[in-house]
Amino acid sequence: MPGVEGYIYPNEVELQWSILIVLYPYITGLVAGAFILASLERVFNVKALKPTYRLALLTALAFLIIAPLPLQMHLGHPERSFEMYLTPHTESAMAMFGFVYLWYLMAVLVLEIWFDYRKELVLTWRASTGWTKRLYGALALWSDDISPEALAVDDKVGRIITVIGIPSAFLLHGYVGFIFGSIKANPWWSTPLMPVVFLFSAIVSGVAAVMLVYMALATIRKIPIDMKCVDTVAKYLLYAFLVDFSLELLDLIHRLYEADESFRALDFMVKTRLFTSQIVVQILLGTFLPILLLALVQFRRFSDATRRWIYSVSGVLTLIGIFAMRWNVVIGGQLFSKSFLGYTTYKLEFATREGALSAIIFMIAPLVILAVLVRIFPPWPAQEDARIQ
Amino acid sequence: MDQTRRAFLEKASTYIFLTGAASVAWEYVEARTPQLAPNYKDTDHWWGMIIDIEKCIGCGSCVRACKAENDVITDEDGCFRTWVERYQVDPLNAEHPTVASPNGGYDGFTALDQDGDGVKVFFVPKLCNHCVDSPCVQVCPVGATFDSPDGVVLVDKDRCLGCRYCVQACPYGCRYIDPRTHTADKCTLCYHRITKGLTTACCEVCPTGTRQLVDLKNPEDPVHEFLRTHKVHVLKPQMATGAKVYYNGLDGSVR
Repeated sequence: MPGVEGYIYPNEVELQWSILIVLYPYITGLVAGAFILASLERVFNVKALKPTYRLALLTALAFLIIAPLPLQMHLGHPERSFEMYLTPHTESAMAMFGFVYLWYLMAVLVLEIWFDYRKELVLTWRASTGWTKRLYGALALWSDDISPEALAVDDKVGRIITVIGIPSAFLLHGYVGFIFGSIKANPWWSTPLMPVVFLFSAIVSGVAAVMLVYMALATIRKIPIDMKCVDTVAKYLLYAFLVDFSLELLDLIHRLYEADESFRALDFMVKTRLFTSQIVVQILLGTFLPILLLALVQFRRFSDATRRWIYSVSGVLTLIGIFAMRWNVVIGGQLFSKSFLGYTTYKLEFATREGALSAIIFMIAPLVILAVLVRIFPPWPAQEDARIQ
Repeated sequence: MDQTRRAFLEKASTYIFLTGAASVAWEYVEARTPQLAPNYKDTDHWWGMIIDIEKCIGCGSCVRACKAENDVITDEDGCFRTWVERYQVDPLNAEHPTVASPNGGYDGFTALDQDGDGVKVFFVPKLCNHCVDSPCVQVCPVGATFDSPDGVVLVDKDRCLGCRYCVQACPYGCRYIDPRTHTADKCTLCYHRITKGLTTACCEVCPTGTRQLVDLKNPEDPVHEFLRTHKVHVLKPQMATGAKVYYNGLDGSVR
């Protein structure tokens, strides 16, 4: 059989989970990571991060809106997906995703954004006319009380939501890791480290994404990049990366040393079919290089322009590396037979339902949504907006 | 054959009676309330299978019968409710057996070129193990895959989302997605037959009696004697799934 080496069970000919399922942990990871960056400012009072706070929330929202779509597209019967809410099987890790997702979207992200923007929404509502007035009135839920007392309540509620939001963001992505980590039939996935590794790689990717979005937006709007802010973001990115990398290294060392029955099959796979995506893209280009670049900035002095370049390059490499990590988990976990006696191949198609084109559209869509969100909810201070105009 | 007219009529009337009774039961099975059938009480049964490796000749009759009986797709790869594997094991290198299952064993196997080269060769028929603690049932997000009270793991095609999580969760590779319905499919242990008092299609056609449907709750079933007097094994016992397909003479190299 073409693409098959050794023996695989007859039913393993078809690869079950495609690139769309690679996007699912990738996108939810960006959401969780962006949110955690936002909470650093809000809950832990890291003032330097202020310029990215709202942008991080909007980025999280833009990606969260798209997150379930690749899953939906992948289902054999998308029209039945609502059954997960109506008749969930409570023992199933996947069934609970719907609830965790809704909780996170509605109770955490949307509420936090609403409370944070309420004053601006009301002010814009009052100052505008026609359709804009209607839009902002509706967004403010027709409540125009922005007295200092009301705003103090907003702030308090917002803080409480963020505090609830942190464990929720951990839950959202740790739980995605659990979906894979709890499959005992698959030794590539089955490890209790999986949720933790997923979580930290999520933080890494989300922080890198917000850093890039912030720098890109500042460049587009022709305003100076707040270097103190970007330096701080990059520092947190480095810390998260070091934890993430240590965890992945721990997993690797554990597998190497334990060398259980699956080891030979997995080792062979990593050295052959996953070599490029795992060793070259994920580890060398996507982990070592950005860690090295980010660490260099901590030890040596560079000009602002050089640092911007370093951050841009390491941000892009990080996003590629984390995508490769998701790919290696999801696709890699299906390339070997559960008989440990053979291997199969994943053929990425282009213009099919689960092809590369769909994946590209799903990755561009959040950026389009973000562009719209940024117009409706300007994430920068009003005076900055006025100065530009 | 020496058979009197009286004996024939007695036998025939029993069959006719049984068929009538079965058709009553089938109405309830189809209405998804088999427990209400007057002549089939699902809680009185606990189904499993015995597979005697020593007896299998790799003819593939079971695979063909299964596909015909259950309308399993034949013109696409990767759709098998049951299949047969041929193992070639070098005793000194048992960890690396050579395994083949061309078209799931549907067309049988061609003879091996070499003979007497010190390699042991045997066939392993496989099917859903109808596990007591099925990982596939556990992970289904909508409960479309479920355990019947008589110990059979079934899929409700009208509820299945086609998320494929169960396919990932099965350690034995017993599940696939039916390309016609886009839902998960697998062995039903011929539920439509066993609830009528018949055996499964694969057991029915097996020329050597390798496969035998067993009712572990029936004290009269010879399975109890068999399990007492044979060294049996299940596939991948380390998965702790409570598999109910018992293999006699299973080699340690089989995965």
